[in-house]
Amino acid sequence: MAHSPAIAAPKGRGAYRVLVQRKKLVLLALSVVLALSVIADLGLGPARYTMREVVLALMGSPDVSLQISVVIWDIRMPVALMAVVVGAALSAAGAQMQTILNNPLASPFTLGISAAASFGASIALVFGVGILPWAIDYVVSINALLMAMAAALFIHFMSQKRGVTVETIVLLGITLVFTFNALLALVQYLASEQALSAVVFWTMGSLTRATWPKLAITTIVLAVSLPLFMRRAWALTALRLGEDKAASFGVNVRWLRLETMMIISLLAAVPVAFVGTIGFIGLVGPHIARMLVGEDQRYFLPASVLSGAAILSLTSVVSKSIVPGTIFPIGIITALVGVPFLFSLIMSSRRRSW
Amino acid sequence: MVATLQLTDVGVRYGKQEVLSGVTTPVLKGGEVTAVIGPNAAGKSSLFRRIAGLLDGPGVISIDDGTLQPSPGHVCYMPQDTSVNTVLTVYESILLARKQGAGRKVTDEDLEEVDGVLHSLQIEAISFKGLHELSGGQRQLVSLAQVLVRDPKILLLDEPTSALDLHRQVEVLALIRSLAKERGICVILAIHDLNQVLRVADRVMVIDAGTMVTCGPVETVITATLLQNIYKVEGRIEQCSRLCPHVIIDGPLGRA
Repeated sequence: MAHSPAIAAPKGRGAYRVLVQRKKLVLLALSVVLALSVIADLGLGPARYTMREVVLALMGSPDVSLQISVVIWDIRMPVALMAVVVGAALSAAGAQMQTILNNPLASPFTLGISAAASFGASIALVFGVGILPWAIDYVVSINALLMAMAAALFIHFMSQKRGVTVETIVLLGITLVFTFNALLALVQYLASEQALSAVVFWTMGSLTRATWPKLAITTIVLAVSLPLFMRRAWALTALRLGEDKAASFGVNVRWLRLETMMIISLLAAVPVAFVGTIGFIGLVGPHIARMLVGEDQRYFLPASVLSGAAILSLTSVVSKSIVPGTIFPIGIITALVGVPFLFSLIMSSRRRSW
Repeated sequence: MVATLQLTDVGVRYGKQEVLSGVTTPVLKGGEVTAVIGPNAAGKSSLFRRIAGLLDGPGVISIDDGTLQPSPGHVCYMPQDTSVNTVLTVYESILLARKQGAGRKVTDEDLEEVDGVLHSLQIEAISFKGLHELSGGQRQLVSLAQVLVRDPKILLLDEPTSALDLHRQVEVLALIRSLAKERGICVILAIHDLNQVLRVADRVMVIDAGTMVTCGPVETVITATLLQNIYKVEGRIEQCSRLCPHVIIDGPLGRA
């Protein structure tokens, strides 16, 4: 691993095994951070409880009041866990987008998938128009989901065209961002005052919209996607050596890309559909993972998932701590916290490569 | 059993455009090294990609008398050098090549193979460098390691020595030749230096302007006429004091 100048004269497999152990330790450390963050997240909120009360409520102890139990289990728990699964899903989506598009700037947010989802949601919020008319309860989410998937597939098929380079894909993503933002502005312009505030609030992204069913759906998507990615870990890593080389190894590059993009679009769209636009997790999570464990997908993907989950969970903690008693929309915080963080990582990294 | 490879009227098409046609060879046996020569953009890389199964086209590629389909399992192809921008380390990238199409779990045997290849190419010192930190020559050695670790039956090397210094060129070509003999690998390599061809190859295939001109033993193919017709240069093949044939170039055609 390039990240360990300490091992100056490595001896093949021994050194490799040491590095693998280190990567596993990094994954463990990330898990611990995530767990601590979730507990902190559960402890914080407009109603103030002691850590002891929170822990007792979590254990289902009869010593705490019913009210505390309800707040912890029915209000805070879905939100705290939603932060984990949404962060994980967005980060995994970003990681694999960066892998298959061979582009460090790829993420659901930068390539316009989040913007597409916002537009889809806004149509539902303002005009009450559902793309699938029978699913009334989830009309906002389903509109957002379908628009996001359409954007992801559009990016995919354009990236397959001959002569399309890494730069073109980013430009294409930027055009999508602008297009959907313009359409969103148009919808907002036409919206009633009440609908307008709903749209604005939706686009900010907020975990307080989390419910147990939404949490369950996001978890299922994550639980199905990650093993599919892990099964192709060697092939996906091979893509990092260039398309030609991956193909020479026997990887069916076209098929792998299509399949991966389909899974990515689900992973990127479902969270956005449920909690609104949350930027930068999909960009920052994979970059942190890359700096910590490199690009071997067997460690890179879990590290991306864990760091994305940890960042969003920590952001959720921050969003409750700025002004006690108030929960800021998390979408605002991720961008404000995420950008300087990423910036400092980039500036402190001596490596030329992303 | 040594591997065999035979091409019959093999060509390459991009859409409707035919970029290569009429490549026919005798049976190329494991242990033999066949050099593919010809001017730039003659179709050498297309031929390699066709044999590796990455391109479509007419003709028959018969491996082991047609008992094996061309597949990355036994045909290992090393593309021309391209720079990569990845933090994967040399060691990881070779292990990665080894694990394609194989089980997910990394075994002791896998690591032993990687160590062995690193040793035979003498690149252990850069094992844990990131690929993006390497020089062109180092990248080429790593690419070579990536194909060798896969235990190929048929090895296709597209200009494997173009970025190497003289010492490394000589060493790598000697290694390729001895591996071919030892393991019975059928090696096909594209290479520009005709003197190296004379040293390393048993057979030469000449490709020019999308067609195969000839395919035969080195000494009968590399001649002054070839230099004139294919490369448009005036030259001669002479024996040095140790009786090895050498290509000597006098100058561009008509000015010598």
